[in-house]
Amino acid sequence: MDYFLITTSLLKILGILFVIILPMVSYTIYAERRVSAFIQDRVGPNRVGPAGLFQPVADIAKLLFKEDFSPRNANTFYYWLAPCLALIPAIVTFAVVPFGSTLFGVPMVIADINVGILFVFAIASLGVYGIVLGGWASNSKYPFLGGVRSSSQMISYELSLGLAVIPIFLVVGQLRLTDVVRYQIDHGWMIAPFLGDWTNPAKWLLAIPMLVSFVVFSVAIFAETNRLPFDLPEAEQELAGGYNTEYSSMKFGLFFLGEYAAMITGSAIVVTLFFGAWHLPIPSWHGGFHWALIDGSGDGWRGILGGLFNIATFFAKVAVLLFVFIWVRWTLPRFRYDQLMRLGWVFFFEIALVNIFITAIILAYYPA
Amino acid sequence: MSPFLFWIFAGLMLVFGAGVVLNRNPVASALSLVVSFLGLAALFMSLDAYFIGIIQVLVYAGAVMVLFLFIIMLLDLRAEKLRKINWLASAGGIAVAVALSVQILYVIGNFRFSQQPFPPLARSTVDDVHHVGSLLFENYNLPFQIIGVLVLVATIGVVVLSKRELR
Repeated sequence: MDYFLITTSLLKILGILFVIILPMVSYTIYAERRVSAFIQDRVGPNRVGPAGLFQPVADIAKLLFKEDFSPRNANTFYYWLAPCLALIPAIVTFAVVPFGSTLFGVPMVIADINVGILFVFAIASLGVYGIVLGGWASNSKYPFLGGVRSSSQMISYELSLGLAVIPIFLVVGQLRLTDVVRYQIDHGWMIAPFLGDWTNPAKWLLAIPMLVSFVVFSVAIFAETNRLPFDLPEAEQELAGGYNTEYSSMKFGLFFLGEYAAMITGSAIVVTLFFGAWHLPIPSWHGGFHWALIDGSGDGWRGILGGLFNIATFFAKVAVLLFVFIWVRWTLPRFRYDQLMRLGWVFFFEIALVNIFITAIILAYYPA
Repeated sequence: MSPFLFWIFAGLMLVFGAGVVLNRNPVASALSLVVSFLGLAALFMSLDAYFIGIIQVLVYAGAVMVLFLFIIMLLDLRAEKLRKINWLASAGGIAVAVALSVQILYVIGNFRFSQQPFPPLARSTVDDVHHVGSLLFENYNLPFQIIGVLVLVATIGVVVLSKRELR
C-alpha cells in the first residue's frame, strides 16, 4: 500500500470537491442570475451581502429548509436515486482532468490514466440515467417527456462529441490528458498556432481542423449539458421544467447542482483539450524571443507560487468558458426538437467525420 | 491486483446479475444490468486492461443500456409484473443452471493447471491502447475492414426496413 499516494489523492479529491467545484457551482448560479439580469436590463439579486454576493448561501439555506415533497404515485426508490445519479457522474469526470502542474512535487491530477478522454466520455454518458430515471419515476407526463427527450438528445450528441476529439488525438498520439497538455506546452495550444513553435507551417495548417473540432465539441457539450439553445429536456414553456418538475427542496437542488457541475467539467475538458489547460504562455526576451513556462517545478516558494498560479490559470479559463455558457443561454432562442436532431445527425456528425480525414491527410503530408 | 477488490466487484456483479433475472420490474432489471457491467469494467481495470474496461462502460453501460431503458420506458411494459410465476418452469430452469454449474466446477476441479498458482504476469512496456490499436490495424486489418463493411450493410438495412411504407 502506498500511503503517500492515497493521502495525497484523498486531499486532492476533497480539495477539488469542497474548495473548488461546489463553491464554483454556487457562484456560477449567482453569475447566471446577475449576467441574465444585465443582458435583460434588470438588476438581479443584489440584496444579500455586498452586490448580492451571499445570495448562494441564502439559496442553499432555502433549498435545505423547504418541504421535501414526493408525489403519491412516484416510484419512491428511483425517485430518490435519480438526483444522486444526475450529480455523481458530473463530479467523477473531474478525476482525470489535469487542473494544475505540480504542487509540492505532487502532480495536480487525481487519476492520470492512459485512457483519460475515454474515461470522461464513459462517465459522462452515465449522467443520462439520472435524468431519465427522474422523469420516469415521477410518474407524471411532462417529466417523462423531458426524460425521453434528454436520453435521445444525449445519445445523438455523444457521437459528434466523441468524433470531434479524434483529430486531437491523431495529432498528439496519446489518449492521456496530461500528454495532451504536455504537447500543447511544447507546440502551442491546439487552436492557437502562434504560441509554442509558431514557425512550423504544419502547425498553422492543423489549426484549421482543430478549430472545426473545437466548434463541434463545444456545441455538443452544450447539448450534453442540456443548456440553451439545446435545453429541450427542461423547456419551461413546453414541459413546465421537464424532468425535475415533480422535485422539490434539496432533491431539486441536486439536479441543479448536477447540471452546473456538468457545465464546469465540460468547460474543464474544453480548456484541457483546446486551450492548453493550466498553461499560460508569457512572452520573454532572455537571449531571443521565446515563451516562458511557469510551473511548479521551481524550488522553495517559487515552485509553490508557480503551482498555485497554474491552478488559478486553469480555473480562470474555466470561468471564462462558463461565462460563455451563460452568455449563449440568454442570447439565443431554443431550437425546435426536429431541428436539434437534424443538426446533430446530419450536420455535426458529418463535419466531425470529414474533419478526421482532413487531419489525417495533413498529418500524412507533415509527419510529426 | 488486490484480492479484496476482486471479491467486492465479483460479488457485486453476481448479486446484480441475479437481480436482472429476479426483478419483476423491467426498469429495475435494466439498471441491475448496468451495475453488473460496471462491476465487469472494474474487474478489467484491476487487471490493468484500462481500455477494455472503459469501452465496456462507454458502449454497454453508457449507450446500449440507455437505449434499452429508453425502449422499456416508451413501451411502458407492465405485462411482466402481472404475469404469474410458472413454478414448474422456474424449477426446471434452476435445475438446468445447477447442473451446468456442477459440471463446470467438476471440470475446473480436475483441470491440472487450475491447481497451481500462476506466476505473476510480466508488466508490458507498451500502453494497452497502443497494443490494441496495433493489433487491430496491423495483424487483423482485413477482418477489421470486413467487420466495418458488415456494420455498414446492417445500418443501411435498418434504414431501408424502417423507411418502408407499411401496406
